[in-house]
Amino acid sequence: MSNIPAELRYTKSHEWVRKNDDGTLTIGISDHAQELLGDLVFVDPPEVGTTFGEGDDCAVVESVKAASDVYCPIAGEVTAINEDLADAPETINADPYGDGWIFTIKPEDDDAFMELMDADAYGEMVAEEDH
Amino acid sequence: MLIFEQSRTNRVNHAQQVEQFDTANAIPEQFRRKSRPLLPEVSEMQAVRHYTRLSQKNFSIDTHFYPLGSCTMKYNPRACNSLAMLPGFLQRHPLSPDSLSQGFLSCMFELQEMLRDVTGMKGVSLAPMAGAQGEFAGVAMIRAYHDARNDFERCEILVPDAAHGTNPATATMCNYKVKEIPTDKNGDVDVEELKKAVGPKTAGIMLTNPSTLGVFERRIKEIARIVHDAGGLLYYDGANLNAILGKVKPGDMGFDVIHMNLHKTFSTPHGGGGPGAGPVGVSERLLPFMPIPVVAKEGDAYRMLWEKDLPQSMGRMASFAGNAGILLRAYVYARLLGSEGMERVAEYATLNANYMLAKLAQAGFDPAYPKRRATHEFIITLKKQAKELEVNTMDFAKRLLDYGVHAPTTYFPLLVPECLLIEPTETESKETLDYFIDTMCKIKQEAESSPDLVRQAPHTMPVRRLDDVKAARELDLTWKG
Repeated sequence: MSNIPAELRYTKSHEWVRKNDDGTLTIGISDHAQELLGDLVFVDPPEVGTTFGEGDDCAVVESVKAASDVYCPIAGEVTAINEDLADAPETINADPYGDGWIFTIKPEDDDAFMELMDADAYGEMVAEEDH
Repeated sequence: MLIFEQSRTNRVNHAQQVEQFDTANAIPEQFRRKSRPLLPEVSEMQAVRHYTRLSQKNFSIDTHFYPLGSCTMKYNPRACNSLAMLPGFLQRHPLSPDSLSQGFLSCMFELQEMLRDVTGMKGVSLAPMAGAQGEFAGVAMIRAYHDARNDFERCEILVPDAAHGTNPATATMCNYKVKEIPTDKNGDVDVEELKKAVGPKTAGIMLTNPSTLGVFERRIKEIARIVHDAGGLLYYDGANLNAILGKVKPGDMGFDVIHMNLHKTFSTPHGGGGPGAGPVGVSERLLPFMPIPVVAKEGDAYRMLWEKDLPQSMGRMASFAGNAGILLRAYVYARLLGSEGMERVAEYATLNANYMLAKLAQAGFDPAYPKRRATHEFIITLKKQAKELEVNTMDFAKRLLDYGVHAPTTYFPLLVPECLLIEPTETESKETLDYFIDTMCKIKQEAESSPDLVRQAPHTMPVRRLDDVKAARELDLTWKG
């Protein structure tokens, strides 16, 4: 069973979202997603300053098996990207919720975060998918 | 050993050397290189041995069962090669005028007609030089069609999530936004989701039928109606045409444009990824936009049509008229089969696939879509084996090599976990199919009794398991001496 931290929120397309103290949101892909993709070899992050709508594809993660889009879980403007991933995409495999974060956004709507799936709902969805 | 490692300075193979070097002196001094180029310097004998050894390491359709099937390359009948290499064809210069190329042009005209008839389209252009170019030409025609109607609002192409990766890539190349349509649990396009996705922004939909999931899109007529009603066009990705050749026509399903990969369905050679040919077929409304040249018959004479004849054409795909040698091979193949033979291709391709699917299911393998009949290919999922025995799809694939079978497609389509996509094609004997089935059963037993044997496969190949992660992360293609 993959790791699903309780304090995070999740999307159907397997992104996780963390709410930071300054109101920004940090986004990455879940442990389940990195497991499905296998060893990552390339990450193409969004550009800082770009604005995305909810559900827009904003980054690409590529493994030996597949290239996969990362979708922006909540509308907002990109405020930072994890530049270390350029040289070490495998960080996402090793630490998907920590050093493997991909980017942060400043959300247009502060309440949108609470509308995302919580850990229990995401866990159920993953279990269902696995069935 | 790389050929560079056999190199010794000034060891030269004179047999192939040009006699005159004078022309090199015409290059101005400042542009001439100061150091020796880093090229291998070997004798003729060394070169022959090196490349013969490499060819012996090949796992190819001429030596082994190759269940990647038409997806990669079918068996190339030798007759197609020898006839396409008749001196009259080989010596024809691409700049020869039409009047001196009537034989060649008549073959191209007839190939256009045969491809048109077997797909039920209204016109065919042979110009695109690969499947990907055919796709590009196809979507560029969709754009040309909407533009000609001053309908500039259409900015989206719909693509099912089971599609080949080339479909969204092509749509993006033609400056469209890609909208993904999900698949339902039986492998069909989710029609309810499609209805929500279509609208005044829809330029078209790109579909493979049968789909990459190895099943026939059953609601295709309904899909065609929904997309046409919204003002969009239907694009047929011909990758799986082998399954329906001569039996069902994309034109009858309502498609407006289709590309055909001749190396897939029409058995042209495809060594090392090329040269290819990706003719496009179109419905009535796209006829004016076909890529040029197109061969026309006027009285008893054949003529290539260019910009003047087709002013609305989406344009040229290359300097000349496509990959002539490849088109000739496809022409011979089509003539050898005839329309009845083409139907037999589809019948035996699907019969072989369904036989293997039924036998493997009986033997305890899990079909990805157990309720569906296979087309010319089918998917089994080794999820159970991966979970219970910790032996995954890649392990099975590598172990197959030890038994003299090329691995089928692994981990594609992405929707199905731990999958093998198996396509035998119409040319394999029942004995070969049975050998594959027996081998799969044997590997399953090995996975249960001695899993490490399978996890560490292959054991008999020139190289063992390759580190594909390292290869992707630290790509290194240049010999640096």
